[in-house]
Amino acid sequence: MEQALIEFQNVCKTYVMGDATVRAADQISFQIGRGEFVAIVGKSGSGKSTCMNIIGCLDIPTSGNYLLNGHNVGQMNKNELAAIRNKMLGFVFQQYNLLPKLSLLENVEIPLMYAGVAREERKQRAKTALEQVGLGDKLRNRPNQLSGGQQQRVSIARALVGRPAVILADEPTGALDSRTSREVLQMLKDVHAAGNTVVLITHDNSIAMQAQRIIRLEDGCVVYDGDAHEPEAVVQPRAAGTGGNP
Amino acid sequence: MKLSESFSLAIRTIVSRKMRTFLTMLGIIIGVMAVIVIVGLGNGMQNYIRESFADLGTNTLTAMVMGRGSSRSVSVDQMYEIASDHADKFDALSPTVSLSDTVRIGDKTPDETTVTGVSEDYFGMKDYEISSGRGIWYSDVMGRGKVCVIGEYLANTYFDGSPIGQTLRIGANRFTIVGVMAAETDDVDEGGTDDCIFLPYSTAARISYTGTITSFTYTLKDENEAETGKTIIENALYLIFEDSNAYTVISNSEILDTMNSMVNMIIYVLAGIAAISLVVGGIGIMNIMLVSVTERTQEIGIRKALGAKERYIMQQFVMEAATTSALGGALGIAGGYLVSAVATKVITAVLDTAITVAPTMGAVALAFGVSAGIGIAFGYLPAKKAAQLNPIDALHYD
Repeated sequence: MEQALIEFQNVCKTYVMGDATVRAADQISFQIGRGEFVAIVGKSGSGKSTCMNIIGCLDIPTSGNYLLNGHNVGQMNKNELAAIRNKMLGFVFQQYNLLPKLSLLENVEIPLMYAGVAREERKQRAKTALEQVGLGDKLRNRPNQLSGGQQQRVSIARALVGRPAVILADEPTGALDSRTSREVLQMLKDVHAAGNTVVLITHDNSIAMQAQRIIRLEDGCVVYDGDAHEPEAVVQPRAAGTGGNP
Repeated sequence: MKLSESFSLAIRTIVSRKMRTFLTMLGIIIGVMAVIVIVGLGNGMQNYIRESFADLGTNTLTAMVMGRGSSRSVSVDQMYEIASDHADKFDALSPTVSLSDTVRIGDKTPDETTVTGVSEDYFGMKDYEISSGRGIWYSDVMGRGKVCVIGEYLANTYFDGSPIGQTLRIGANRFTIVGVMAAETDDVDEGGTDDCIFLPYSTAARISYTGTITSFTYTLKDENEAETGKTIIENALYLIFEDSNAYTVISNSEILDTMNSMVNMIIYVLAGIAAISLVVGGIGIMNIMLVSVTERTQEIGIRKALGAKERYIMQQFVMEAATTSALGGALGIAGGYLVSAVATKVITAVLDTAITVAPTMGAVALAFGVSAGIGIAFGYLPAKKAAQLNPIDALHYD
């Protein structure tokens, strides 16, 4: 079998909060292959943010292994993590997280700057990425001159510009109205259709259903992993007996 | 990430917060300005002292002979012998006799005029020029002639510029003016260098109260041999008097050195105090940078998420602090030059002395280097704090 792009092997993550130890991820295992469009879905406190941080190499597992493209991320130091985030991952955040003092072009250039791409090439690639998301005419604008949907498109352009292996979208529609949400989701689908691997983190079932596959988390455990169009994907499994609606 | 990228980021940040940057820099600006002005002032004072001494001649030694009781004295010939015995060291010699007798020109009495008896070599030793008539001759000295050379001030003020052949009175004696000394200074004033009368030392000695010659001025062939020359004269005088209290030999260059080192010491102390304000300025920068790191936690989180390594974040913040500080240094240098120019004008106007506050390139370079260095040193801690932020915490910081 082909090497999975993302592979969780019994990943655990515990946080110490005062006297209590919180188990945010408990023996999570799954694989995501190249070119998939996966939604990781769960309620607040289900462990999806922990998953997202680990997949995004912003955090490392307490135990278990996380292999990204065959590299064991758990054993990397901070600089190696920074380098792998830069090369392998493209982030789309709920709050867009654009730098307000920089123009759109400069915002999109940031990942390339840290990758050491020369100034001219950087500008050219950032421009192309912004054109792809339909903002080619606003290169010099500041983020606050744009609507939320447009800002999220800039953030997608920024995620794409470094040609990463994985696009990681954390509640990308959380701050948007339903119409712009649909636009942004369509854009993510287009990104996927273009051959990219997209991992979508959301609490919203209707958003999650836009993906091909759903991994549902509850209390730090995987309770469903499969086709997004199966009924169980979105229904709370009663059998688990914990956390589900009665 | 290249340094040039960090630099352009730093410039952008500075430009986008002009007021805050300016206030942050203020400590550095004032510190650098103070250092430059103080060092410039010291430099000006040294130049002023050096010029004053150049008038007196740094190649000049003055031997003051007090004698021992009334029994022992030294003759002019003995003093000339010292010079001729060491002709390789000494250039010329002139006994000098200062008179305090009243000068009368017609019915006027200029009361600040200096009257000095000198030898025929004196003008050459001092580089004084004769603008009209002649100087003091050997024959005047030998014959105790009642002739004199007057300064430009007297010639212009009392004789309408043509005093040759006219007379003036010193005490009870009438002297014929045989020459005019060319103006030595730019402003020919009463009581200045050009308000003077020179006569043969022999004549002066005769009419003086004590009747003895106690002061001898030697010029050296090499001004760096002031110390050697001084020792030669002292040794010769000791052989005559066998008492080191009977004479004093003063070297102008020695006095100049002493005064220079005193001025230097004062300047170093003052510049040191001014430099403290540079350190205080550095602390101000550190303070604002720490605030800035807190304010920009989210930016740091975003940058880290997008692949910025710790050293890039570090580099960005250190560069920002260094640029702020160096810019402050540059403004301080500009301010320092400005204040120096103003100070020169004020000193000239108020004190009536031409002290030029001249910043030295060394001080300017040092002040700039120190201010940039302070930015790096005091930017380090905030930058370290920024670099070590956890990207997850930083991303969710509001």
